[in-house]
Amino acid sequence: MIKSKVDEEDYWHSSKFKAFTFDDEDDELSRLKESRQAVNNIRRLVEEDDDEDDVERVSWSGEPVGSISWSVKETAASSQRADREPAFPKISTDTPSISRSQSGYSLSSLFKGKPKVGNFQTFSDALTDSSVRLYAPELRKPKSEYKDYVSDWSPEETVQRLQQGKAVSLERFRTLQDKLLLLDHAIAAHDGNVITAVLIYLKRTLCKEVLFRELESRQTALRHFIHYLSETQNQRLLLELHRALGKAEDAALLQYKEHLSITDENKRRDFLKNCLSLPFSAEDLAHVQDHYTLLERQIIIEVTDRQAECGGKVEIFQKFPRKALILNMPLITTLYYCCFYHYAEPEGTFSSPLNIRQTFKISEKQYFVTALAARAKLKAWLDVDALFASRNWLGFTRKKSPLSFQRVVDILQKNSAPTHVLQDYVALVDDGELRLTLAQKHKCHDIVISTYRDMKDRQLLLGYRGKVVRGSAEERKIDDLLSNPQIRWKN
Amino acid sequence: MMRLRRSHLICCAASKEKMAAHLSYGRVNLNILREAARKELREFLDKCAGSKAIVWDEYLTGPFGLIAQYSLLKEHEVEKMFTLKNGRLPPADVKNIIFFVRPRLELMDIIADNITSEDRRHSSRDFHILFVPRRSMLCEQRLKEQGVLASFINIDEYILDLIPYDGDLLSMEYESAFRECYLENDQTSLYHTAKGLMTLQALYGTIPQIYGKGECARLVANMMLRMKREFAGSQNQILPVFDTLLLLDRNVDLLTPLATQLTYEGLIDEIYGISNGYVKLPPEKFAQKKQGEGSKDLPTEPKKLQLNSAEELYAEIRDKNFNAVGAALSKKAKIISAAFEERHNAKTVGEIKQFVSQLPHMQAARSSLANHTSIAELIKDITTSEAFFDNLTVEQEFMTGVDTDKVNTYIEDCIAQKDPLIKILRLVCMQSVCNNGLKHKVMDYYKREILQTYGYEHILTLNNLEKAGLLKPQTGSRNNYPTIRKTLKLWMEDANEQNPNDISYVYSGYSPLSIRLTQILARPGWRSIEEVLKMLPGPHFEERQQLPSGLHKKRQQGENRTTLVFFLGGVTYAEIAALRFLSQVEDSGMEYVIATTKLINGTTWIKSLMDRPESPTQ
Repeated sequence: MIKSKVDEEDYWHSSKFKAFTFDDEDDELSRLKESRQAVNNIRRLVEEDDDEDDVERVSWSGEPVGSISWSVKETAASSQRADREPAFPKISTDTPSISRSQSGYSLSSLFKGKPKVGNFQTFSDALTDSSVRLYAPELRKPKSEYKDYVSDWSPEETVQRLQQGKAVSLERFRTLQDKLLLLDHAIAAHDGNVITAVLIYLKRTLCKEVLFRELESRQTALRHFIHYLSETQNQRLLLELHRALGKAEDAALLQYKEHLSITDENKRRDFLKNCLSLPFSAEDLAHVQDHYTLLERQIIIEVTDRQAECGGKVEIFQKFPRKALILNMPLITTLYYCCFYHYAEPEGTFSSPLNIRQTFKISEKQYFVTALAARAKLKAWLDVDALFASRNWLGFTRKKSPLSFQRVVDILQKNSAPTHVLQDYVALVDDGELRLTLAQKHKCHDIVISTYRDMKDRQLLLGYRGKVVRGSAEERKIDDLLSNPQIRWKN
Repeated sequence: MMRLRRSHLICCAASKEKMAAHLSYGRVNLNILREAARKELREFLDKCAGSKAIVWDEYLTGPFGLIAQYSLLKEHEVEKMFTLKNGRLPPADVKNIIFFVRPRLELMDIIADNITSEDRRHSSRDFHILFVPRRSMLCEQRLKEQGVLASFINIDEYILDLIPYDGDLLSMEYESAFRECYLENDQTSLYHTAKGLMTLQALYGTIPQIYGKGECARLVANMMLRMKREFAGSQNQILPVFDTLLLLDRNVDLLTPLATQLTYEGLIDEIYGISNGYVKLPPEKFAQKKQGEGSKDLPTEPKKLQLNSAEELYAEIRDKNFNAVGAALSKKAKIISAAFEERHNAKTVGEIKQFVSQLPHMQAARSSLANHTSIAELIKDITTSEAFFDNLTVEQEFMTGVDTDKVNTYIEDCIAQKDPLIKILRLVCMQSVCNNGLKHKVMDYYKREILQTYGYEHILTLNNLEKAGLLKPQTGSRNNYPTIRKTLKLWMEDANEQNPNDISYVYSGYSPLSIRLTQILARPGWRSIEEVLKMLPGPHFEERQQLPSGLHKKRQQGENRTTLVFFLGGVTYAEIAALRFLSQVEDSGMEYVIATTKLINGTTWIKSLMDRPESPTQ
C-alpha cells in the first residue's frame, strides 16, 4: 500500500481536517532520520563496553533480570535440573540487602491496628517526611472486633465480620425478616463478597418464589445473584429467575449463549432450532433464525462437498483443495466459499450464491464485494467482467458497480489481477486525478499516457518516458505523441 | 517542564531499589504507598515459616512486579516460583507451597487439581493461599466442594488496591471494573476503590473536599463517608497532602476512550499495548549488530521494554503529540552526540576522568535514544499509512458532528474488508455516542452487516454494548452532543501539536470531555456548566470531610493545590497526558495525581465488554 507522493499530498490537503497532518512531512521524516543516524554513530564509538554498563540488566525478552515474571521462568526452569541447584540459594553478600526496618508501615497494620511503635519510629525517620508522623488513627480497629467470643452478632456486626473474613454463623438468622435484614446490611456495605455469601445462605434456606420476590426489590443483590448463578453455571435456576422477573429477553439470550459450548454441529443445530421458540425481541429472533438456517445449510453443504472432494471427480476441489470446514463460519465467509466452489449453480440449490443472497437478504454491496473477491481469486476474469455488465435501454452494455471503481481496483489488485485487467477498471474511475494516481500505481501506462496527452502536458509525458520499459510499445507510443505536430502542447 | 529535572539514571542503576525511585519525584511521594505494600508482603511471607515456593496466577506477576522484585521474595526464603497450571506441582524441596491468586473460580479448580494430584510422600509440605486483592467466599466454597479446603494452613488476603504506577499515577489494575459496574451492576470494584482511598487517606491525610460526577462516583463517596463514620472517634492527624478528590465515572465520558490517542505513549498503547508498564515490540528494529557478528541470530521473540518516568527521555516525550516527537528526539540526539564529542576536548587527566565518570549516564541516554527512535519509526510507519489516516478522518468527522445520522461508507467498507471486529465496534459506538444514539434504520443496518460478516454469536456482544450505553437506538429526545461539544469546547479547530496551549493537542483537536470537566472544576467551577452537567449521566455532588483543627493547611503564596482525580472504569494515556499538561501550565495553580481502576484504550475497553472475544469462528 505505497501511496504515491501526489496521492498523499492530495489526501493531506483535500481534507477539511488539517489536524494530525504532518505539515512538514519531509522535515519530520528527516528528523527521525537524524536521531537514527546519531544513534548509529554513537553506537560505533562505544561498541566495546556496550552492555556491561547498561542501566539495568535486561534479558532479551526485556524483563529486567530479577523481576518477578522473569524469575518465575528462571526458577521454574532450574527446577528441571535440580542437581545443579543448591538447596538454598546463596544470597550474595555484595548486593545490599534491603533494610527491613525501612518500612515498618504495612497496609495490614493500618487496618488490623497492631501496635508497631518501634517500627514506625524508623519509618518516619527513614522517610524524613514530617507529615507522616502519626499512623492512620482513623483506621483503628472498630469496637465490634473486641467481641470476638460473643456469638449472637447483630446483622451489622455479622456483615463486618464477613468483611474481615472471620468465621461467623449465619444459621442464627432464622426468620425471613432476620434474613432480609442481614441481606440489606450486606447490600449497604457494598462488598460483593459479603452479599454473595449471604445470598448463598438465602438460596439454601428460602424457597425460590420467596427469594425471587425479595430480590426483585433489591436490584444490587439481584445482580450479584445473577452473577453468582452464571459463575457457578446454574443455568436452570438462572432461567427460572429471569422468567420470574419478567426479563424474558435476557433469559432467551442467556440460553442462546449456551450454543457456544456445543461442539457437535448437529446437536448445535438442534439446539438453535429449539432456541427459536424463546421469547427474543423480534429483531434478535430474526438473527437467531438466520443463525439456525445458516448452520443447517452449512451442514448440508459440508456433507456434499466432502463427498465431492473425496470422489476426486470435481475439478475445482482438486485444483483448490479446501483448507477448512465451512461449519460455523460467518455468513459472508460462507457466501465467499459458495462463490468460489459453487458459482454457476442454479438458484434452486442450497449452495448457490444467489440463493444464499436471497435467503439472508445480503446487501447488494456485500454480495458484490464477496463475489468479486472470490472470482478474482480464481482469476475468472470473465465472471468478474460479467458482474459489472448492465444493459441500458438501447442495448449497449456498460459497466456499473455498487462500489466505487477505486475499491474495485483495490480488490482486484489484492487478488493479483494482471495489468490488462486492472486497466479496464482504472479507466472507469470518474475522478481524473484519482484515475491518474491509480494508473501510475498499477502501471497502467496507456491510461497515463493518454491522460497526459489530453492534458497537453509535454513535460509530464517526457518525464513518464523514463518510467516505461525501453523499446516497449508504450515508449513508441510516447515518441509518436511527442513528435505529433497536431498536438498543441501547453509546455 | 517535567518534574524530573535531574537525571537519576545513574543512581538508579546503583541502587537495588531502582524500580521505585521515580515514584518519589512527584508532588506526592507515592513511594510511601509502595513501601507499605512491600511491608505487608514481607509480613505474610514470614507467617509461613521456612523455605517456600510460590505458585503464581500469571496475571498477578505484572502488578506484583510494580511492588517487588524477586530479590525481596528471596530474602524471605522463596526458593522456587511456578506458574499456576493443571496437574501435579513441579518438584521443589520446600516446606511451604503458597498460591498467589486472584479470587476466581476457575483458578480454584486448578489449585484443587494441584492438591489432589500431590504425591503423598511430600505430605510434609504446607499449603497456603494468598488472595489478591480480597478473599472470596465463593472461592473458598468452591475449594470446599472440591474437598481441598482443609489442606490449607493459611488463607489470607493481600490488599493490593492501588498500585503506584508512576510518580503521579495509581492504578488498581482491575480489568473488569467497567464491565462489572455498568454491565453486571456488580459494585465490588467500587468497594475496593473506596477501601483503596481509605488506605490512601491513612497515609496521606484526610482529603477535605470530594467532588464527583456519576452514579458510581456517588456510591464510592457514600462508602468512603460511611467507612469514615465507622472509625469515628479517632482522627487522622496527618497533614493532608491532597486538597481535593474528584471522582469521575467512565460512563460520563464514553467518547474519549473510543478515539485514537495521538500522544506518543497513547499511540504505543494503541498499537502495541502497554501492560503493567511494559510493552512488547517487534524485535527487528532493535537488533544490535555487533562487529564480526552476522545477522544469523536475529531475535524472534518480541522485545520487551519498561516504560516509566525513571527514563529521562521517555518522561520528556511520552505526553507529546506524536507529531512533536521527531523534533524532540533529534534535539536529544544532537545533545548526546555533542556530549560524546567532548572526549576529544578532554586533555588533562582530570578532564578525562570527568568524561569517564559521565560515561555510564551518557550510554544510558544513548540506549534510551536508540530505543525511542526505533519505537518512533515503528509508529510512524503506521500513522503515515492510508488506513490510519482514513480511520482518523472518520473519527474526527464524528467528533465534530458531521453526518453522524447516516450509515457511514467507511465503516461499511471496513466491514466488507473484514477489518478486525473491535475496530468496527469502536467506530460504530463512537458514531452512536456522538449522535446521542443511532436511528433505528442505521443501527439495524450496522447490526445486520456485523452479524453476517463476523458471525451471529456476536448478538451477545452487541447486546452488551447496548446495555453499557455505548450503542443505543435514538429515542425521542434531541441530540444534545452538539451542545455539550460547544459548551465544553470539545473541538478546537487549531490545536497546536508542537507547542500546545490547550489539552486538545492530545487528540489533535478533540479535548477529552473528562479532562475538560476536571479543568472547569478547578476554574471557574462547575456552577458555570450546570446545564451540561445535567445532560451527562449520573448526579454531580460535593462533599466535605472535617479536618481536626490544626491540620488546616496554611498555603504559601503561589503554592499549588493538589487534586486526586479518580477515574472509575478506566483512563487512557492521552487523558493522563492532558492532566499532566494542566499540571504544568504556569498559572493553573493545580497539580494533578491520577488514579484509576485500570489503564485502558478503546480496544482493551471494548474487548472487556465482549462476550467470548475469541470465538472459535474468528
